[in-house]
Amino acid sequence: MSVSTAFEKARAEGRAALVGYLPAGFPTVDGAVRAIRAMVESGVDLVEVGLPYSDPVMDGPVIQRAADRALAGGVRVADVLRTVEAVAGAGAPVVVMTYWNPVERYGVEAFARDLAAAGGSGLITPDLIPDEADEWLAASDRHQLDRVFLVSPSSTEARLAMTVAHCRGFVYAASLMGVTGAREKTSEAAPALVARVRAARADIPVGVGLGVRDGAQAAEVGSFADAVIVGSALVRCLLDAPDLDAGVSALRALTVELAAGVRRG
Amino acid sequence: MSAATAGPDTSGHFGRWGGRFVPEALIAALEELDDAYRLAMQDPQFVAEFDRMLREYAGTPSPLYRAQRLSDEVGATMLLKREDLNHTGAHKIRNVLGQALLAKRMGKRRVIAETGAGQHGVASATAAAYLGLECVVYMGELDTKRQELNVARMQMLGATVVPVTTGSRTLKDAINEALRDWVASVGHTHYLLGTAAGPHPFPAMVRDFVRGIGVEARAQCLELTGALPDAVAACVGGGSNAIGLFHAFVPDESVRLYGFEAGGEGVETGRHAASITGGSSGVLHGARTYVLQDEDGQTVESHSISAGLDYPAVGPEHAWLHDTGRATYRPVTDAEAMEAFRLLCRTEGIIPAIESAHALAGAIKILPELRPGATVIVNLSGRGDKDVHTAGEYFGMLR
Repeated sequence: MSVSTAFEKARAEGRAALVGYLPAGFPTVDGAVRAIRAMVESGVDLVEVGLPYSDPVMDGPVIQRAADRALAGGVRVADVLRTVEAVAGAGAPVVVMTYWNPVERYGVEAFARDLAAAGGSGLITPDLIPDEADEWLAASDRHQLDRVFLVSPSSTEARLAMTVAHCRGFVYAASLMGVTGAREKTSEAAPALVARVRAARADIPVGVGLGVRDGAQAAEVGSFADAVIVGSALVRCLLDAPDLDAGVSALRALTVELAAGVRRG
Repeated sequence: MSAATAGPDTSGHFGRWGGRFVPEALIAALEELDDAYRLAMQDPQFVAEFDRMLREYAGTPSPLYRAQRLSDEVGATMLLKREDLNHTGAHKIRNVLGQALLAKRMGKRRVIAETGAGQHGVASATAAAYLGLECVVYMGELDTKRQELNVARMQMLGATVVPVTTGSRTLKDAINEALRDWVASVGHTHYLLGTAAGPHPFPAMVRDFVRGIGVEARAQCLELTGALPDAVAACVGGGSNAIGLFHAFVPDESVRLYGFEAGGEGVETGRHAASITGGSSGVLHGARTYVLQDEDGQTVESHSISAGLDYPAVGPEHAWLHDTGRATYRPVTDAEAMEAFRLLCRTEGIIPAIESAHALAGAIKILPELRPGATVIVNLSGRGDKDVHTAGEYFGMLR
């Protein structure tokens, strides 16, 4: 299933899509595959597989800790691609969220080719702006991959229009001026940012991320965005659990709550 | 201007190097900073105020000193650019005064900084106290334990020191944490980055604040010897003191530029901080440059006896000067640097920073490549008071 098909399906049901993030290799490569499958079975419409990186400047403490543990466990870029392959048939499209250096090191063309071959749909690139992305724009065209750039409340109108024009699949509205992590309150800037994206380009869905942790917040964000993106709150289910079974149970419960939330919104 | 001095282009690239690899949330702040810095550098009032602070407060211009006994010992004319005599004991005061003054002009009330061993943290805390700004310094938890005295210095100067407990808990993680703070605080906070690296405009801006080193040294050398030097030499970690010395000499084609990286235990051992010699093209902390990384693009930890050079990347302008061949970069091992450290202590009565000892060691090594009796300017970028403990242990004088 493609990213746009997943969005169309959600729209047909009159609701926002639920996007769930988990890093590959955490707690182990196989454990992450199991957790991601459980997330899809419990109602996630689109999967973000995180590529653990040594210097994740956009991430808060929860995702940092998970990435550190995945790296300490020896996870490799090839394992991330294997993870994508293992979950691509689970019923939801899969995109990889990655900082830019691992892709550049692997080779942009080679990464695009291998991601497409593994059944991945595209990339979310938190530290790559379209201004620096010529090689990726060409490779993603060649391999028909989606490319999701971030927009921010501080983006000027000109930058927002330029960024949105380069996106394919959806636009990631990073609604908080801050790093990833669950918040007590979601951002007040989010609805305005979504409206600005839609004004710039009407034909692409907008997902809102940074700060969502429960069903009520998912309903709230789902009322004005095309997708609700949840990361840290899901990762925390696995971090806080005594073992993988308990972690996956908690993950299922939270996903079900979030999926119900987007259906209320 | 020749092509070599014209960089970067308007989007912050030196050839293929540099640029901006940061979250979109920071782009507006970087553009605001770029505009403010370019306007400030064209404003005679700002330039005059910066000059006044450098002169009256920091003690510049620093002398260019003919080191006679050292020169006799090595058979060349060795001129030392005495940045160690500046207030706070290093070239870094130039950068922090420039950025803090700019932050004030931009209406920011708070500055944040990263620090490894604490030198840039102390310099930032100094500039913040001098200009009445709030200052928060991020420092790897391991480094706060290794450098307790500098933590106390920063606190005396009124700064808050935040230990960073993520990743390898060293300098690179302190930079990550400062970037995270900045994403959430850009409205009222300036990130006072400590070297000529990071996303545009930092590499060019930091260079412009420290390029007085080379401007002064060039004029002083002409006055002292009646000619330009045959070569200039500096140590390279992030590369601010080196770019500060090099920049005024780039158009002088007869002057060779040498940058000496920290070779640690030897580049072949893998335990080093020589990003150009032993690293490869990558993206770290907002710029494309030479990075120490593994096959997967994960940053590899650097190693050096010198904390100030212990960084797994290098400023993008150095990557470019290397590629164009205008500057030459070589590694200097811990052992070679400490031998030069001892030599300077004994021949000149000057205890250099271990960073600067790398520059001296490298300069002595390349003498056979120059004409007999050549003149070499070495950037004595900092003083060694902070390194007495490390050096004392190295030489077996302390246990």
